[in-house]
Amino acid sequence: MTNELHIVVCAGIAPDPLQTLEPVTGATGPGLKNEMMLPAILDPWAASALFEAANLASRFPGSKVWLVSLGPKAKLQQVMMTVAQKAIFELVPIDAPIGGFADAHATAGALADAIAALPGLDREKLLIFGGWESATRGAGVTLQLVGERLGITDQFQGVDQIDLHDDGSFEVLERVEGGKHQVSRCIGAPAVLGWATGNLAEPRNNPQTGMANMRTIMPALQKAKLATLTANGLHYSSVSLPKQQRTTRVVKDRSPDEIAAEIVAWIGAN
Amino acid sequence: MSIQSETGAELQVERQTMEVDIACVGFGPAMGGFLTTLTRAWNENPAETAFESKVSPGIPLQVLCYERADDIASGVSGVVTRGAAIRQSFPDLNLAEIPMAAAITSERLLYLLDPIGASRRSRLCHIKDAVLRKLGPFLGVRDDAFHMPWTPGFLHKNGGLVMSMGQFNQWVGSQIMASGLVQIWPGTPVTRPLFAGGAVTGIRLADQGVDKQGCPGEDFMAGMDVRAQLTVVGDGPYGAIGQALNEKLGMPQGNAKHEWALGMKMLIELPPENLADSDRPSPLKPGTVWHTFGYPEPEIFGFLYVHPDRLVSVGIFVPSWMSDPSRTAYRYLQHYIQHPALWKYLKDGTLRSWGAKSLDESGRRGEPFLTGDGFARIGEGSGSTNILTNSGVDEAWTTGTQLADAVLELLRARKPFTHENLSATYESRRRASAIEAAAREAEHARDGFQSGMVRGLMGMAIAGLSGGRFSLNANIPPPYKQIHHAKAYFAEDIKAKDAAALALMDGRPLHDALLTARGWPEIPFDGRLLISQQDALLMGGKVQALPGFADHVVFRNAGLCIDCEDKTCIAMCSGQAITLSADLMPVFEREKCVHCGACVWNCSQSADGERGNIEFRAGAGGLHSAEN
Repeated sequence: MTNELHIVVCAGIAPDPLQTLEPVTGATGPGLKNEMMLPAILDPWAASALFEAANLASRFPGSKVWLVSLGPKAKLQQVMMTVAQKAIFELVPIDAPIGGFADAHATAGALADAIAALPGLDREKLLIFGGWESATRGAGVTLQLVGERLGITDQFQGVDQIDLHDDGSFEVLERVEGGKHQVSRCIGAPAVLGWATGNLAEPRNNPQTGMANMRTIMPALQKAKLATLTANGLHYSSVSLPKQQRTTRVVKDRSPDEIAAEIVAWIGAN
Repeated sequence: MSIQSETGAELQVERQTMEVDIACVGFGPAMGGFLTTLTRAWNENPAETAFESKVSPGIPLQVLCYERADDIASGVSGVVTRGAAIRQSFPDLNLAEIPMAAAITSERLLYLLDPIGASRRSRLCHIKDAVLRKLGPFLGVRDDAFHMPWTPGFLHKNGGLVMSMGQFNQWVGSQIMASGLVQIWPGTPVTRPLFAGGAVTGIRLADQGVDKQGCPGEDFMAGMDVRAQLTVVGDGPYGAIGQALNEKLGMPQGNAKHEWALGMKMLIELPPENLADSDRPSPLKPGTVWHTFGYPEPEIFGFLYVHPDRLVSVGIFVPSWMSDPSRTAYRYLQHYIQHPALWKYLKDGTLRSWGAKSLDESGRRGEPFLTGDGFARIGEGSGSTNILTNSGVDEAWTTGTQLADAVLELLRARKPFTHENLSATYESRRRASAIEAAAREAEHARDGFQSGMVRGLMGMAIAGLSGGRFSLNANIPPPYKQIHHAKAYFAEDIKAKDAAALALMDGRPLHDALLTARGWPEIPFDGRLLISQQDALLMGGKVQALPGFADHVVFRNAGLCIDCEDKTCIAMCSGQAITLSADLMPVFEREKCVHCGACVWNCSQSADGERGNIEFRAGAGGLHSAEN
């Protein structure tokens, strides 16, 4: 392997978490009310993967980054207007309905098919990036399933760092229990890396980057293939939003220690 | 090429440049109208030579729109609009496609009595209220509200719409972007126009990777210069580009942006029983519109609009002619929603969203130069709001469509975007239109408010009923002069500075301390609807600001701020983003700013006799709620 990389980032979109999210049950199962009208963002875990990919690609000339994303075409376009300013990539959109809880197997199938069909993709240079977790409704297994469908057995999850060596091998830091990292060494591509947060700050919005990306993004969106995600008999018995708890009380003349003790007690009680 | 340092001096830096045909600033209803009309004509015949780029021959016209907010849905307003121009653009408009939109079903005008006794009412107002209470049973006064039997025609929005601006913007924006002809870039503040002599040659985007004062940091990225044949300015009443143009070109003779109001509102989800209880049917059906006046203070107007799905927009307008230096908004809004006439429906509701925005209330008299070499102005910042009918969205949309028609005409005639050509095509369309005629009728409708509430209402009635032929004219002073320093309204009034000291000592927000000191009862927090302003920022406003941008609120002269006894900027700050330091200097926190622009006109100090002491520059971040 040379250090010329072909990095494919799998990234979904999620409703902007700052919106008011209201769960509803529709004909196709649980979902969010008016989800198509909620502003969306690139899934934050996958966004970390994209920024890491762009950073790696910029360090190794000849490298290329694809962003494979599944979602409604109009929504993908809206999200791209922000994401496209942050990193150079080629978008591979898969037009699919939003809402509800898609079956991870069906999603992984659509993603793997799209990756396998990428023209010029060299498996010997291939790193598949994605989010270790998802801020939306992922089961946390989609990326692994993509790798398995593509026959890639070297898989790393909870990645915070990758160091490439001159011989094409690389070292990966994966998060493990106790706030520690597990260090793994891999002899080379192909591999699947599910990113945690990484170590990079979110890149600045660069209008030049955005304009450059748009030359390929707009035609790609217009040619996006429609995918149908079958539920494969999957059934959700119940879903719920994380409970938001916020209690405000004005206190005066209390020491930081007393306030801290009360917060600790409150956490313990909840 | 330069950036501003802490001292305001300019540093030399290299900047990227880009050439486009049309650069647009701000995405609101006016820009929606402009881009919808432009892309629709373009889509009908994409191969038409008129739509070939002049700056990059051989490729399509390059049209870019830059929006400051993090998303085009981050608008801040629940609106009621006649919607005639919007319906004209979308003849087959299906309101079901736009969440929270409903056709107006009923309109009422209510005069609210003060059920608490804390409102600062004049003697005349007290007498009027006493008469209403005495004759209440005969006049139909209930829940401390007099339901006016008749609403003047000019206030009606018959056939109109109740909408969420955020949802409407998103609906329009997604259609424009789906055309693939125009790019709308959110999260991109524009700092200033680029000039070549008297001509506008484009815009400069905000620097990133800078500290609060704008000084470059390690990951500094100089804002790009976007050079354009035409710059379309639709950045609202206090946008950086509009302000810079006004400073450079001045205002037309007799025009000035001196009248303002802060609109602050809550989006509330009603408890289900209000609509489900058949024994007590609620009048709050989707499309219901209430206009109110009289409470929490005589100068404060209010509204209630009912959306589908048990959602209600409720808010108040605090005007610049409310000369009290201790005016505020959030606490007043909390008292407003608890008025018996509203609370009977809102009680047990849940706050879904909250926001605020300054409104340009100068209307036609705040109209700047609409065109010049290389630029044209549309929307609220161009003085399109009708101040008699309290209508701005449809008017803004109209100005956008008018400019689009003008641009199409010039593109097809292969004429450049000169002042002469834009004036002959855009300005002429605007002058000949119905919104211009209506704006002229409304021009002096609100002048009477400078002399008080009663005279103001009389002035509106006279102007409205006479079609603008008669009005109570007045000279409107600059906003800082409308704040009457330390004016003693009543014996129990306290100075704002005393309240400021109380706020510092007690750790309470200034607006809170002020109203408590004046006898307003404490707010009984319920954790759902009656919540602190800080909670509203997190639960309702959902404010966010990416790091790496400079502060956009700047105090020009620190000495004036320290000596200021009013501190109106702090009390009126919608997000509590301006607080008081121990040395009595206002301190700005960008992360809490909702970009309402209230600080622009809520400053009682001026170094130059025209502008206040606070500068509002281009900034990123702000509200994230698409429901506003």
